Amino acid sequence: MVDLTPYRAILRSRIRAQLQYRTSFVTDILGTVGVGLTELAEVWVIFHNVDVLGGLDFTAALLVFALSNICFSIADMVVGHLDQLPTYIRAGTIDAFYVRPLPLLAQFMSSEISLRRIGRLTVAIIVLAIALARAEIAWDTATVVLLILSVLSGTAIFSALFTAAGGLQFFVVDGAEFTNAFTYGGSYAAQQPQRVFPDPLRIFWTFVVPTAFVAYLPAVAILDLPGNVLAPTWLAWCTPLAAVFAWVVAGSCWRAGTRRYQGAGG
Amino acid sequence: MRTFALLVRAGFRRHSTYRLALLAGMTTNSVFGLIRASVLVAAVTAAGTQIGGYDAPKVLAFVWWGQALLGAVNLWGFQEVGDRVRTGDIAIDFLRPLNPQLTYLAGDLGRAGINLILRGAPALLIGALLYDLAAPPGLDSWVLGLVSVVIAVVVAFAASFIVNLLAFWVIEVRGIRLVWMITSGFLCGLYVPIPWFPDWLRTLAQWTPFPAMLQNPLDILSGRVDGGAIWMTLAGQLAWGAVLIVVGQVVLHRGRRRLEVQGG
Repeated sequence: MVDLTPYRAILRSRIRAQLQYRTSFVTDILGTVGVGLTELAEVWVIFHNVDVLGGLDFTAALLVFALSNICFSIADMVVGHLDQLPTYIRAGTIDAFYVRPLPLLAQFMSSEISLRRIGRLTVAIIVLAIALARAEIAWDTATVVLLILSVLSGTAIFSALFTAAGGLQFFVVDGAEFTNAFTYGGSYAAQQPQRVFPDPLRIFWTFVVPTAFVAYLPAVAILDLPGNVLAPTWLAWCTPLAAVFAWVVAGSCWRAGTRRYQGAGG
Repeated sequence: MRTFALLVRAGFRRHSTYRLALLAGMTTNSVFGLIRASVLVAAVTAAGTQIGGYDAPKVLAFVWWGQALLGAVNLWGFQEVGDRVRTGDIAIDFLRPLNPQLTYLAGDLGRAGINLILRGAPALLIGALLYDLAAPPGLDSWVLGLVSVVIAVVVAFAASFIVNLLAFWVIEVRGIRLVWMITSGFLCGLYVPIPWFPDWLRTLAQWTPFPAMLQNPLDILSGRVDGGAIWMTLAGQLAWGAVLIVVGQVVLHRGRRRLEVQGG
């Protein structure tokens, strides 16, 4: 059995640290609430001009928005700080992580937890409640299971993207922004009704960077909307498989990156 | 004037060192461009032929010019000056025989130039190759559109400079910067064109300097605003630029009197 005490101690200290400066903490939370609200406003402005976008009405679009935002904010809270890797690599402070007798990835994941993302998460949860209340859903066990399954798998998919991005940072350092294309870009793509994309892009966001599984495919199944070739309703149940696939890729990226690192000579 | 030009060049060269970062930025801008283009075109198609004066080719031009200008116009603001105020380094800027605001403006124009060339132009090219973008309708749209881009850079700089100077009074400006970043992205028309907003929100946006930072040049370059209306748009932008530069000078002057640097 793995001893989790060191991780717990680090996380507790990180949380305590963030709660020390109350004003800063509250400001930061309000900030992420604001980020969530502007993203929501984007959807709302579009639906102010159209009734249906890519086969989804406003309620369905809210469901897609909510699911993808819930998954993304949890992933961002837990592993989003992998973004900071280039700073550690450049400063050489990453060496300290290598010499500790704990797995690297586990150390990094537990080295920080950004509580402020709770703001954006709250916005997403409220939107989810509104969307589920407005939609006509034939509730049964399968729907509930699918909902829970997709939140878990969706979070795993976004975490995998952050981890893959982290692994690639060892190769690109100065080009850290490259990976934003599929972490933040992936999150942006996940909130969209996938039918707006031309087929090559849809295939990309479903089978290469599997963000369509995070929100769109589950939402189509939950609302029992007619599926289509690239999004049959049963595909929603493959969301855990997509998460596994994303983690296999992420694991290889991470291993390739960390093995390549040769130290900063500190 | 010569000093100003030299400083612009220095800013240009300083930021041209990070070529890989520019390429990375270009890639990310292009990916967001692909997503946004798909969404907005789908919206225009769903609504019929156009929304708020944007048909499909115009909205595509809006998206790709927007992604191209993203690196040049500093929409999210910067923090260098605020940090210097907090640490007291700003005192060194005051000792120099140049106005700090103009010094930083010159550096920012240089930064914008290299970003426009190495980060913006390739993104625009990708957009133009993949999609049927509306070209600026005439030579005047090209020329005045680019003038508008330069003014947009100045407006964004001048506004963010003021936000940074607030550090003279509140020390930690992170909260204010955060609010700034959130509102600017939305009200400048980066995500959705401002003409698509509901009336009240559009009116609200038009009373802020944000549209002058992005929406205005995009209107001219996409051809949504044409003919004499271009001059009106430019005049509005220039007014914001002038107001913000002057306010920046006043705030700088007041802040200087307040500044107290500890130690030797």
